[in-house]
Amino acid sequence: MPWMSPLARIRDALAGQRARDKDLRNLVSNLPYEGLDKWKQPNRHFRNNGIKTTKYSVLFFIPMNLFEQFHRLANLYFVGLAILNFVPVVQAFEPEVALIPICVILALTAIKDAWEDFRRYKSDKKLNRLPCFVYSSKEKCFVEKRWKDVRVGDFVKVESNDIVPADLLLLYTSDPNGVCHIETANLDGETNLKQRRAVPGVCITVSNTDILLIIHAVIRTGCLGFSHPDLVLKQHLVYLKGHETKAMLNNNGPRYKRSRLERRLNIDVIFCILLLFTMCIIGSLGHYLWLESMPSVPLYLVPQTDGHLDTPSLSSFYKFFSMIILLQVLIPISLYVSIELVKIGQIYFITNDLDLYDEETDATIQCKALNITEDLGQIQYIFSDKTGTLTENKMVFRRCSIMGREYPHKENECVRRALKMYIYKIKILMFTKSLPPNQQETEVILDQKLLRQIRGTEKIDAYQDFFLALAICNTVVVSMATAKRLRVSARLTAEFQQTNQSNPLDTLSSLVRRAGSWTRLRAPITSETSANDLTTQGQSVNQTGGQTCSLHVPPQGTAPAVPAGKLCYEAESPDEAALVHTAKAYGFVLMSRTPDSVTVQLPSGAQLRFEVLDTLSFDSNRKRMSVLVRHPISKQCILYTKGADYAIMELLETPYGEKQQKAIASDTQQHLDCYAKEGLRTLCIAKKVLCDGEYESWAVQRQHALAAMDNREQLIMDSAVQIETNLCLLGATGVEDRLQDSVPDTVMTLREAGIQVWVLTGDKPETAVNIGYACRLLEQDDLVINMSCKRNSPCIPRYSEDPRNVDTTPDISLVIDGRTLTMLMSPDLRDRFVDLARHCRSVLCCRVTPLQKSEVVKLIREKLKVMTLAVGDGANDVNMIQAADIGVGISGQEGMQAVMASDFAISRFKHLKKLLLVHGHWCYSRLANMIIYFFYKNAANVNLLFWYQFFCGFTANAMIDHWLMIFFNLLFTSVPPIMFGIMDKDVSAEMLLGLPELYRTGQGKGEYSFFTFWISMLDAFYQSLVAFFIPYFTYRGSDIDIYAFGTPLNTISLFTILLHLSIEIKAWTIVHVFIILGSVTLYFIVTLAYGVRYLNYSGYWTLQAQMVDPMFYLVCLISTVIALLPRYLFHVLKNSITCSPIVEARHLDTLEPSTRDQWIKEWRSFRGRVQDKTSDVSSVSYADPKASLASLSYSSNGYIRSSDSNKTIGAL
Amino acid sequence: MQKKENQEVENRPDNTAFTQQRLPAWQPILSAGIVIPLFVLVGLAFIGIGVALFVTSRNLHVLEVWKNNLLWLNMALYVFFSPQGPVFFYYGLTNYFQNQRAYGVSKDYNQLSGDLDYFTFFFSIVPDSTCKPYRYDVNNKPIVPCGSLANSMFNDTFNLYQMKNGVKEEVPLDGKGISWWTDYNIKYRNPSVNPLRNAFNGTVKPLYWSKPAYELDPTDTANNGFINQDFLVWMRRSALPNFRKLYRRITDGLPAGNYSLEISYNYPVIAFDGKKKVAFSNVSWMGGKNEFLGIAYLVIGSLCLVMSVVMLIIYAKFKFPEED
Repeated sequence: MPWMSPLARIRDALAGQRARDKDLRNLVSNLPYEGLDKWKQPNRHFRNNGIKTTKYSVLFFIPMNLFEQFHRLANLYFVGLAILNFVPVVQAFEPEVALIPICVILALTAIKDAWEDFRRYKSDKKLNRLPCFVYSSKEKCFVEKRWKDVRVGDFVKVESNDIVPADLLLLYTSDPNGVCHIETANLDGETNLKQRRAVPGVCITVSNTDILLIIHAVIRTGCLGFSHPDLVLKQHLVYLKGHETKAMLNNNGPRYKRSRLERRLNIDVIFCILLLFTMCIIGSLGHYLWLESMPSVPLYLVPQTDGHLDTPSLSSFYKFFSMIILLQVLIPISLYVSIELVKIGQIYFITNDLDLYDEETDATIQCKALNITEDLGQIQYIFSDKTGTLTENKMVFRRCSIMGREYPHKENECVRRALKMYIYKIKILMFTKSLPPNQQETEVILDQKLLRQIRGTEKIDAYQDFFLALAICNTVVVSMATAKRLRVSARLTAEFQQTNQSNPLDTLSSLVRRAGSWTRLRAPITSETSANDLTTQGQSVNQTGGQTCSLHVPPQGTAPAVPAGKLCYEAESPDEAALVHTAKAYGFVLMSRTPDSVTVQLPSGAQLRFEVLDTLSFDSNRKRMSVLVRHPISKQCILYTKGADYAIMELLETPYGEKQQKAIASDTQQHLDCYAKEGLRTLCIAKKVLCDGEYESWAVQRQHALAAMDNREQLIMDSAVQIETNLCLLGATGVEDRLQDSVPDTVMTLREAGIQVWVLTGDKPETAVNIGYACRLLEQDDLVINMSCKRNSPCIPRYSEDPRNVDTTPDISLVIDGRTLTMLMSPDLRDRFVDLARHCRSVLCCRVTPLQKSEVVKLIREKLKVMTLAVGDGANDVNMIQAADIGVGISGQEGMQAVMASDFAISRFKHLKKLLLVHGHWCYSRLANMIIYFFYKNAANVNLLFWYQFFCGFTANAMIDHWLMIFFNLLFTSVPPIMFGIMDKDVSAEMLLGLPELYRTGQGKGEYSFFTFWISMLDAFYQSLVAFFIPYFTYRGSDIDIYAFGTPLNTISLFTILLHLSIEIKAWTIVHVFIILGSVTLYFIVTLAYGVRYLNYSGYWTLQAQMVDPMFYLVCLISTVIALLPRYLFHVLKNSITCSPIVEARHLDTLEPSTRDQWIKEWRSFRGRVQDKTSDVSSVSYADPKASLASLSYSSNGYIRSSDSNKTIGAL
Repeated sequence: MQKKENQEVENRPDNTAFTQQRLPAWQPILSAGIVIPLFVLVGLAFIGIGVALFVTSRNLHVLEVWKNNLLWLNMALYVFFSPQGPVFFYYGLTNYFQNQRAYGVSKDYNQLSGDLDYFTFFFSIVPDSTCKPYRYDVNNKPIVPCGSLANSMFNDTFNLYQMKNGVKEEVPLDGKGISWWTDYNIKYRNPSVNPLRNAFNGTVKPLYWSKPAYELDPTDTANNGFINQDFLVWMRRSALPNFRKLYRRITDGLPAGNYSLEISYNYPVIAFDGKKKVAFSNVSWMGGKNEFLGIAYLVIGSLCLVMSVVMLIIYAKFKFPEED
């Protein structure tokens, strides 16, 4: 680098700062400056494309990590104590020895942090090393560079199926229209293709050998009037880099949540501190009294250097601090580290659970929050989204109504059932990966009646219009599937075809053929697969912070005659895809879509190319979308609209005198109601024919709106509303969103586990209620309270009578719509709402906004002080997921936002069952017991020292060598509790799943409560008393020396602590045995070796000497037995007398599997009988359900309707 | 295609007993039915041990003589039992806290292991600073052995005479091997200077000592310096404030009869309100006489038996799983 004055450097740096901070960026191409040194580069101020998500650097790891660790109060406390020990007057240990524990703790944490950071570094490196092509003016071609070497101002070539290395400005594409399509799954999880256009006004000349790029001197992104989404593909100017990409900017750090158990734990740590201080004050006072009681100065008191003694008060003041140092272990220094280790272990087991692995998506559960595993065992309320969470969000066309005639597609049902059976058999036979269900489910079984109807009429009539509308009125992109999505093995498909010659399975085989057919793709097959590798890599990288997106090349212009079967549709919403597939099944095949045209193949084989005049995209206010096309034959302007029923019905042409139209509308409405009751998602299809004049005048307005700078959105919407009037209803469709596998079972189980399940959905009440019944959220004999308010009426619901009446009615379900919910959430009503909701077995909230979802969660969480879990899959669930104690994301169809925001990401709703009932229960009971044990362990061990103070003048002396004391906590007794916390199993997984009510033990206070903590502390005191005083009375008055006395104490303590754990361990595996025996062996080996090796050690040869003395064993034996007797008895009595479900389940666990299942069945039926009885009682007291509900009726405009379920449906 | 399938199952967790938490496990349930035999067994075993301990302890004899603060130079004793085998002769102190930390660390290991470099005075390093304030005298001469522990060494001496027909006959006391073998042979070493006295040139004896370290035992030259048996016994600190330490062994036993104990009383106990005692005791495999442990075993053993009966009642009442 040439010399430059410091001033110039500073000026340059400041200029760079300004350039970075500006909203508008002026970028200069790097080409003219290639080869010049860094100082002359125009874009030197911008950061490079390397991604660094690591927290530390090699050089500064130690100081930075220490700095971070000292943010923990506990660490500061222990360092403070270690330093205090260097002060001679208060010294209790050799100062170096006192440093060991804190050093070990800090080192352990540092190693853990370093390891995590190293993993981040490795994934960064992998990402930064990915290749991409950058144009070099020297070589006159694109040269391969690594991602991290891409600079702002470079020209990058991205090919089909490549991963985009940075935020790019799209300059040129191989498509004549300058269009490319990208998939942003890695950014937001949306798997549909998004269209991007090249920047107009950029002139690019392409010659055979060499690519010349002439860029208008400076591209100013602002001036070109393009917002960010338009900035991608093919040959690009790099525009934002590395850390400045949108993806990186949106990537927040990991979330830190504190579990409920941890909060409880902190209170107990405070108790421990208080206890410690009490003990130290007692010690200090004792020392004072001891000194005071001496008639004069005895020989054994060691005076200061100058020969005088400290006054008793000063000396006891010093002793207070010495005591703190001596007894510091009472505050479990290693507890926090151990908890972290335990949680890592627990998460290891959760992520490795085969039952939580989904074969279809090859996804295991992801644990994003590392420190709230035990909260999974305490959930009381689950808030679930509906679409995509309870349901597949894979839409299947089920029924339609055209021109007032209903086509129920009855064949659908039975054929699919048969198909499912068949696939199931195949799966078993071939032992292969499953068939992806979306292939089966996009399949439409044709309604024969409808088919005849279409075949019969050749002229363009309403039927044809209906299907044309289905095919055209959407934003579906026709493309070839990326190989990544191709999952069916050829073999399997072939067999499938042989056995299923009928047409429904066409697409199945087409999927396989698709890859080969796309010959125009430049990349050979091999490179394509490697591109796919990259995509998958990119995805995995994505989790650690780097973001990329992959590309697909869509067909261009009017595609060459591709066989219809080989098309692949990429839709933004699954509903659209379902409809397009339906149209295709009936012969109306959407062949291609460009911005300007849509090509549709008719059943006759003819292809029609519609000119697309405009697309009025969907928005949530209008709840509909429209496409304006010009018919190629009639040259008419036709507007096809589809949308929610109420959004379309309002806009229908007012049929003056036209009775037929009116009848169609009312018939269709009936059908729609019927669909909704079946739980189908309904859409209305309508059309409108415009005359040219009408269109042109509207087009002018539209252009105006599009060009507007202010209030653009509103204007565009207004213009859309303007044209969407006087529609002519064509028909309606009913699309089924199928329930996911074993959702009803999961919901039932969760409810049996004492968890209240709420469903919060944006769907309308009818659909929601039906899904509610389908997934057994609502039962047939439930009392369903439907709360809804009429539009615009000020509704103030009020309970006319005491809602306590609800208590005795067991099964009440509440259905609320969004508007009512808003009112119920108002400050004056929310208490009563919460009170009512608490007594309801399930609550269904319909038509709620994302914000409302999170408000409901917050309200319940704060008012009832319960543990909440929110589960959802879409962006609209993010608020809710973040508001709940635990957020679970379902990585489904709708994208990654929910997963990104969640603490746990699962792939199916049913996984929730095992996650909560088994892992939640285990994690909670393991951790709770481990923590209690940890407190006990430290207290039991430290109290020995405390009792000894009464016999050594409270001089803070220990009867155990300090090294051994340190080892005791660090080596001999540290691993067993960690293993206990990771591996103990109170009840087997089968039992937990079989008897969901076992989950209730963890809810509320659970095993870790105030009571259990103090019981174990008392036990610790008792055990330490025994472990101290039995040897004391044995050796009292003898010539035993300090360490010979301390050795049996230490040994007794070790045995007591380990055997105590053995009593607590519920299931012994080989690992348990190994670790417990290993700890004992380690104790003896280390102590013996230490006694031999270390001459300065005052207890030289002590254990050896003790071990040849039979008294040692006799003392150890009886002390251990006496110490453990109460706890042992307690457990025995607890297991024999009380019959808590856990104990009973453990008894059942020991039985043979077959008899056990028998027992489980009997148990459940027994419980069921009990529940029946209670409901009988309630039905006696409320013979007439309506009478009972009178007490709940609302005044004025709000109303509650109630009846048993059948009536509710009728009322709806 | 094959490759793709492999990729597909990339994330599939291993199906091993360990990762799936299905390791074969033994799930003991502590319930009444199971523990009854255990309690009976433990109870019987403990009673057995208790009886053995108790009987052994009963066969041991101990004679304790308390000395109050007066100077008793001669004391008449009557031994009314005639224990077999060697009898141990202890001296004891009460209210004497050898187990304080500051007192215990107040010594210089290097000195005591015979390193001559530590027999000199080098300010603030040698002798070890823990010896303060017994490191050096006013003339900056190092104290050897330094420190509070050595300084406070017990220095009464005892002679025991048997009165046979009015004639005093001295009972031979064996002072060999009364300390720990490791202390005598490994931990404590005299400097290898002959004669030993030369090693102590330029040093002073501890303040409270009447004789320098190399003259502790005038009768046996080998029993001097840091490996003097009495010194070693003293340096091994007692665990509890009321203790006894082995003084001598009477190898020939102590027949019943009249004895006279002659004490040269040097050690002050008034300052800490303590008492001295001497004790004669014979020992067995379980050490000196101690009835506590035997009784404890008997009590716990019987308790276990009682408990097993209680358990039996409970078991009968709450049998699980029920047959009904």
